[in-house]
Amino acid sequence: MKKVLMGNHALSYGAMLARTQVIAAYPITPQTQVVELLSEMCADGTLDAKFIKVESEHSAMAACIGASAAGARTFTATSSQGLALMHEMLHWASGGRLPVVMGNVNRAMAPGWTIWSDQNDSLSQRDTGWMQYYCASNQEVLDTVLQAFKVSEALSIPSMVILDAFSLSHTYEVVDIPEAEKVDAYLPPFRPPYRVTPSDPRAFGGLTAPEHYFELRYKLQKDMEKAPALIEATGKEYEKIFGRRLGLVDAYLCDDAEIVLVTSGTAGYTARVAVDAMREAGTKVGNLRIKVFRPFPFEEVRRHTRAAKKIAVVDRNISYGHHGIFSQELKSALYGHADGKPVFGFIAGLGGRDITPGSFQEVVDQTIAHERPEAEIGWIGVKK
Amino acid sequence: MSKAKKMKLTLPTEELVGPGNLACQGCGANLALRYVLKALGQKTVLCIPACCWAVIDGPFPHSCMGVPIYHCAFETAASTATGVKAGLQMTGDNETTVVAWAGDGGTFDIGLQALSGAAERNDDIIYVCYDNEAYMNTGIQRSSATPLGAWTTTTPVKFFKDEPKKDIDAIIAAHRIPYQATASIAYPEDVYKKARKAKDIKGTRFLHIYAPCPTGWKSRPEDTVKLGRMVVQNCIFPLFEVEHGEKYTLTMKPSNKKPIDDYLKLQGRFRHLQPETIKVMQEAVDHEWARLLKNCENR
Repeated sequence: MKKVLMGNHALSYGAMLARTQVIAAYPITPQTQVVELLSEMCADGTLDAKFIKVESEHSAMAACIGASAAGARTFTATSSQGLALMHEMLHWASGGRLPVVMGNVNRAMAPGWTIWSDQNDSLSQRDTGWMQYYCASNQEVLDTVLQAFKVSEALSIPSMVILDAFSLSHTYEVVDIPEAEKVDAYLPPFRPPYRVTPSDPRAFGGLTAPEHYFELRYKLQKDMEKAPALIEATGKEYEKIFGRRLGLVDAYLCDDAEIVLVTSGTAGYTARVAVDAMREAGTKVGNLRIKVFRPFPFEEVRRHTRAAKKIAVVDRNISYGHHGIFSQELKSALYGHADGKPVFGFIAGLGGRDITPGSFQEVVDQTIAHERPEAEIGWIGVKK
Repeated sequence: MSKAKKMKLTLPTEELVGPGNLACQGCGANLALRYVLKALGQKTVLCIPACCWAVIDGPFPHSCMGVPIYHCAFETAASTATGVKAGLQMTGDNETTVVAWAGDGGTFDIGLQALSGAAERNDDIIYVCYDNEAYMNTGIQRSSATPLGAWTTTTPVKFFKDEPKKDIDAIIAAHRIPYQATASIAYPEDVYKKARKAKDIKGTRFLHIYAPCPTGWKSRPEDTVKLGRMVVQNCIFPLFEVEHGEKYTLTMKPSNKKPIDDYLKLQGRFRHLQPETIKVMQEAVDHEWARLLKNCENR
């Protein structure tokens, strides 16, 4: 069934079709419609779940952790300040190996107060041990929620499904809503190997001495390393059932591109429009949209940038005192693999400033104009 | 032999807190959980935040308990317990009692927001605060449960705690939860009775259990039970119940209310106190006691 949905409601539909059993959430703009629709679905019986209306995001994640530990499929959604407040509990969910799935609407961090998009909220949670999927359409948001549950539950690692504030969260698109029976076949009920229950009394997460802690973290990394293959496999399985492929990256005209524009989120779709126009004007440009940021898709990034002479990364985020974060990550992935191929790092669109096809034209113009980057960061659209 | 009197057991013999745990000698918190679990039984889940009990249970991969424990973040005992209850219910277990088991720091201070949230929603959990009146697990730092006059490592004798203990029971009563009670480890039958009563009630239930700490109070381990009795008899820590935030019932009325002096003398944390401070403390105790009696009359 096709419906016109806003990005936030695509998250809600994903959680509903996944037959989420416990939701604990707290409202924050621009995430609110996610939980509004879910609470309606719980109220009218569309979804058989317990909705815990907690008093903070910190408690939201704590309640999700408790519910997941008890063996229930668990979902929440937040944004920006809310995600930052959850930070401690993000470590708890991944360290406790609980496959919670969370929607995060990318909103810039205050101060000054802002509700518009950039990625510093979710990228600040890079090292918490969560998988991170950056989506570019409402369809992809819904599909990814289902895949995220499947991958998370197979690996006992939580997932964040991420969408840009407003340009996705509040933008309406046609979304093909999968049939419930088919979703059930793709995503069977959650049956964790261990759960908190008096019939098998165990202590979870107790005091762990240096003798054991290191191995727990080693295992988390080892399982995280299994994720890329599993995301590819479950993405192909998804395509077989629903006709849409879900991959680690989305490469557009990269094979013969002299310049590959690396993007994430909705900026990826804008980049495609720009790529088409530039190709028509005779510039061989391609776009590599990185969808899965954690685990980082090393192989795919290396493969799709192999033909390019130059790489231009456009970041809607910044690590102060360093580069844009995707730019850092890309260089790290290419080190020793790209024969000194120049990587131009650009920062655009912080705090919701528009990233337009013109922004990408500027990026490509600057990349063509120089043999190597002249500065650590190229700024796009900033009033200096 | 046939005439020998048999000891009358007033509590179930089943032990869900095992031996060999890491509690200090004379630990009141250890007794508190033993008695509460005798009442709640094996079909119980404990959510334990950072507190002494996070350590007492034993390090990974060991546990001294006959019930499952979920070790949760410091400020999340109530919210984690709420989540566990929802998770159990959604996976077909409506029977298990879910308990948030936290110290005074995790209850009076850092966990108060989550506790208030759960109480306001009337989430179906039992929240137990075992109160040893300071951050004992981190080495005796003052909490808002530390009484006026006490020494801790962050309230040195020259600047002993100058503020009265936070009235957590009044805060909880303001949430109008169906059941709350105070208890002391010196009265095991009373702890048992209250936990048993709490078990059969739906919604948020709150038990505030007085749990002396020889390590932090500089008292003798063998005085733990004695202190737990004296604190009730001198009315510093009266035993009472509150139903729906309104119906106060005194569950133990001291026949002869004692002055606080002897209780203070048994604890090194009060050794520095001058008579004038003790007088102020006694007046505060009398004032609070009168207020409680009034609440009990007004029921």
